[in-house]
Amino acid sequence: MVFIQFLIIALSAFVISRIILSFRRNKIGLKGLLFWLLIWSTILTVVLLPKTTGLLAKILGVGRGSDAAVYLSLVLIFYFIFRIFVRLEKIESDITAIVRGIALKDKDNRK
Amino acid sequence: MKTVAIIPAFNEEKTLGGVISDLKKYVNQIIVIDDGSTDKTNQIARSKNIKIYRHLINRGLGGVLKTGIEAALQNGADIIITIDADGQHDPSEIPKLIKPIIEQKADAVIGSRFLTRQPMPLFRRVGNIFFNFVTFFLFGAKTTDSQSGMRAFSKKGAQSLEIHSNGMEVSSEILKEIKIKKIRMKEVPIKSIYTDYSLSKGQGLLPGIKTLIKILWSLFNF
Repeated sequence: MVFIQFLIIALSAFVISRIILSFRRNKIGLKGLLFWLLIWSTILTVVLLPKTTGLLAKILGVGRGSDAAVYLSLVLIFYFIFRIFVRLEKIESDITAIVRGIALKDKDNRK
Repeated sequence: MKTVAIIPAFNEEKTLGGVISDLKKYVNQIIVIDDGSTDKTNQIARSKNIKIYRHLINRGLGGVLKTGIEAALQNGADIIITIDADGQHDPSEIPKLIKPIIEQKADAVIGSRFLTRQPMPLFRRVGNIFFNFVTFFLFGAKTTDSQSGMRAFSKKGAQSLEIHSNGMEVSSEILKEIKIKKIRMKEVPIKSIYTDYSLSKGQGLLPGIKTLIKILWSLFNF
C-alpha cells in the first residue's frame, strides 16, 4: 500500500467517525448521514481498489481511471457549490423578510 | 393626493439631515428606512419629526426599498418617491418627477441623469452605460439610467412591483418589473449633484462587479 492510500484511508475513517457522531448528536439528519456516508465510502472504495475507476474511465471514454475520478469529483464539487449558493440566497432573502417584518411591526423601531 | 418620500439610509449621518430639511416642502410625508446604521443616522432622523423604520441589521438597498414601499403604502401613499440620502438628488425636481403620475400618464417615473447634458465623471458614465446595456440585454428594459436612485411610483405602480433582490441590483430589478408587469413608465431628466461624498457612497468597480453578478444570478431565480 502506498503512502497516499494510507493517508486518505486514515482521513476517511476520521471523517466517517465524525459523520456518525454528528448524527448521534442530532446535528445532521438521516438524509445527511446517508448522503455523506455514501460520498466517503465511495472515496474509500476508490482508494482501496483503484482498479474500479478503470471501469468508470472506460464507460466515460477517459484515458485513465484516476483522471475519471478527478473529473467526476470536480463536477460533483461544483454542483454542491451551486446548491450551497442557492441555499444561501434563500436564507439571505428570508433574513431580509424577517428584518422587514420586525421593522414594519415593532413599535420600538419606529417613531 | 398624498405624496410620500422614502429615503433608504445606511450610515448617512453627514447628509441625511440636510436631505430631510430640503425635502419637507415638496412632499406630504417623509419616511426614513434606517438600514441598520451604526452611526448617528437614526438619531438625526428622529430629531426631524418624521416617520422612521429601522432594520435591525443591514440588508442592502433592495431590502430597504421594499420595506420603504410597503411602509409608504401602509401610510396611505398615493405617490411614492425614492430619493438617495447622500444628497446627490435635488428635491426641487420632485414636482417635475411626479407630474406624469398626477397627469395619469405614467405609473413609474425614473429620474434620468443622462437626459441632461451635465458632465459626469468618466468612470461613472462608462459604468452606467454598461449597466444600461446589461439591463436591456437581460431584461429587454430600455432606459437611459438603469442605476438611478430617484424614482416616483403611483400607488398602483408600487403595488405591482415584486422586489426580491437585497442589494444594489434592485435598480435593474425594478426596471425588469416595470417591463414584465407592463407598468407605464416615463423618464424625466434630473440633475445630479456630485460631491466627493456622494461619489464615495456610490458604486465603485468592485461593488459594480458584485452587482453585475447579482443581476446575472437573478436570471436563475425567475
